[in-house]
Amino acid sequence: MITTRALTKRFGAVTAVSSVDIDVREGDRYGLLGPNGSGKTTLVRMLLGLVFATSGEIEVMGSRIPRHAGRVLREVGALVEGPAAYPNLSGRANLKLLDAAGPRGERRTRRRRIDNALEQVGLAGIDRRPVKAYSLGMRQRLGLAAALVRRPRLLVLDEPGNGLDPHGIRDTRQLLLDLNQSGVTIFLSSHLLAEVEQQCTRIGILDQGRLVLQERLDTLQAPTGRVLVESADAGRIAALLDGEVEHRDGTRLVVRYPDAAALNERLVREGMRVSSIAPQIRTLEEVVLQVTGAGNDQVGGPVRSPGSSPGPEPGAGTAGDPAVYGSRP
Amino acid sequence: MMAVELYKLFARARTWISVVLICGLPLLVAVFVAVTHLAPPPGQGSAFLSAVLTDGKLYPAAALALVLPVFLPVSVAVVAGDSIAGEAANGTLRYLLVRPVSRTRLLVSKLLAITTFVLFAVVAVTVTSYLIGVFLLGPGAPAAVGAPGSPATGPGGIVSGGAPSAGVQAGSSVTSLSGAPLTLLELLERVAWAVGFITVSMLGVAAIALFLSTVADSALGAAIGALAVLVASEVLVTLNSASVIQPYLPTRYWLAWIDFFRQPIFWRDIQRGFAIQAVYVAVFLAAAWANLATKDVTA
Repeated sequence: MITTRALTKRFGAVTAVSSVDIDVREGDRYGLLGPNGSGKTTLVRMLLGLVFATSGEIEVMGSRIPRHAGRVLREVGALVEGPAAYPNLSGRANLKLLDAAGPRGERRTRRRRIDNALEQVGLAGIDRRPVKAYSLGMRQRLGLAAALVRRPRLLVLDEPGNGLDPHGIRDTRQLLLDLNQSGVTIFLSSHLLAEVEQQCTRIGILDQGRLVLQERLDTLQAPTGRVLVESADAGRIAALLDGEVEHRDGTRLVVRYPDAAALNERLVREGMRVSSIAPQIRTLEEVVLQVTGAGNDQVGGPVRSPGSSPGPEPGAGTAGDPAVYGSRP
Repeated sequence: MMAVELYKLFARARTWISVVLICGLPLLVAVFVAVTHLAPPPGQGSAFLSAVLTDGKLYPAAALALVLPVFLPVSVAVVAGDSIAGEAANGTLRYLLVRPVSRTRLLVSKLLAITTFVLFAVVAVTVTSYLIGVFLLGPGAPAAVGAPGSPATGPGGIVSGGAPSAGVQAGSSVTSLSGAPLTLLELLERVAWAVGFITVSMLGVAAIALFLSTVADSALGAAIGALAVLVASEVLVTLNSASVIQPYLPTRYWLAWIDFFRQPIFWRDIQRGFAIQAVYVAVFLAAAWANLATKDVTA
């Protein structure tokens, strides 16, 4: 659906996107992850023909961008860096105007398509209030509705979770899953790990303009061959499994063991009280921190090379919340 | 796309407020003139103002002369300056472009919408000031020839003037700037020409503002930039030492439409005015197109 080859964009002396080869396949739910300033938005804008590449090639649905953007974009729905609407008009009027402005916006079916899209995003009951009276979450839903009005084959969503409350995030996630099941390919960019981890099947990780990783999520999250055990008898277990315990923290243990069930059986046989046991799976956070450096909004901190210890440094600009790296300015 | 732009233009309160203001200034002036019967002596003050006391039907020309220097160019610069920069600042530019609307098509639609606005504003001034002139200042002295002076002729006067009935024609003739009489039909024709000339002059302003709108990040910056060009041009037009460049200044022939009210029409400056505005429109539209078509839309 989307292929880029050596895609590069420079703004003056700054290289925003550097030699990126992205490959999004039909039916994917592709998540583009990266810290703020890593070039996600610039990349999305290039895919949509808003920003022109310095070098490299873009192909969307088999056609070159930006040359054939006029044809390709008819089948693409997009949300780029937050929603936008004419503040003095109602949400419905905004959707009507945008629909009437371009191709594939048949007037005959417009009303029904708009009603459908509004219903899909949970805005079926909106009245004639102008958009300037909308909450941030309503605007975000309206932006998503605008992307859905013409039943696109590809959805390109830049930070779709912005401004949504937990309900909105859950609704959107379900909507995107449903759309994907009906055949829509989804490309979303986000700096929120949870957003990508919960909705995507493949991920790409962008760091300082470079694509440092592109892989299926379930491959990245394969079991590590270790088992996490929690037990009141942690000390005795450590003694029992001497060579296999990698790490002990109070009642918690990390045991190198190929099979959690076999370990459980053995511990119980030895009379150990096991309160929880599970195979260890690498979290997306660990994967990301391993392959990326500090966010570009971190100023003055030491630049870490990929693979080095990713612990947050006191006084450096990164946010402490482990699920978010770098707060939006 | 064209219909969309027109809808957006006329859905904005700003459009209506500016047209009301443009029509309001001549009304204010007419009220003062009608109450005091004091008008600037011939040859001084705003064009035609001395003449309207004797004939209210000339008031559209006086009204156009009143709004031309500031009100009209300011509103045109604001609307045109907002056209691209405003969409960009609002974030809607990127959604229009990915809709997709081609950049050329967007620019053409914007230009047509601006043209509609200019024409709408100029025609609104003309029509309202005709009514104001006839009702507040009276249909003019020659009316004494025919009917015993009632100002109730109203817009019906246009129709009766159109019919070549000798009596009505005499009763509704207007004195041109050259002193020779104009029939109402001739007056109507010349007002139409003036409306056209002023619209084209304003399109020159619009083209400059539209170009700046594709360059600047803010609509306000684009509008003020275009006005700065006009003010500079006005300054240079009155400066004797700048006579070398004067024929090429955008405001040099702005007042040439007054020549439509001479008998016969004095065409030289009018033609030059049309020509210079055509050049400004062509050059700045080409620049606007070249800039927008190759620009990274990062807003």
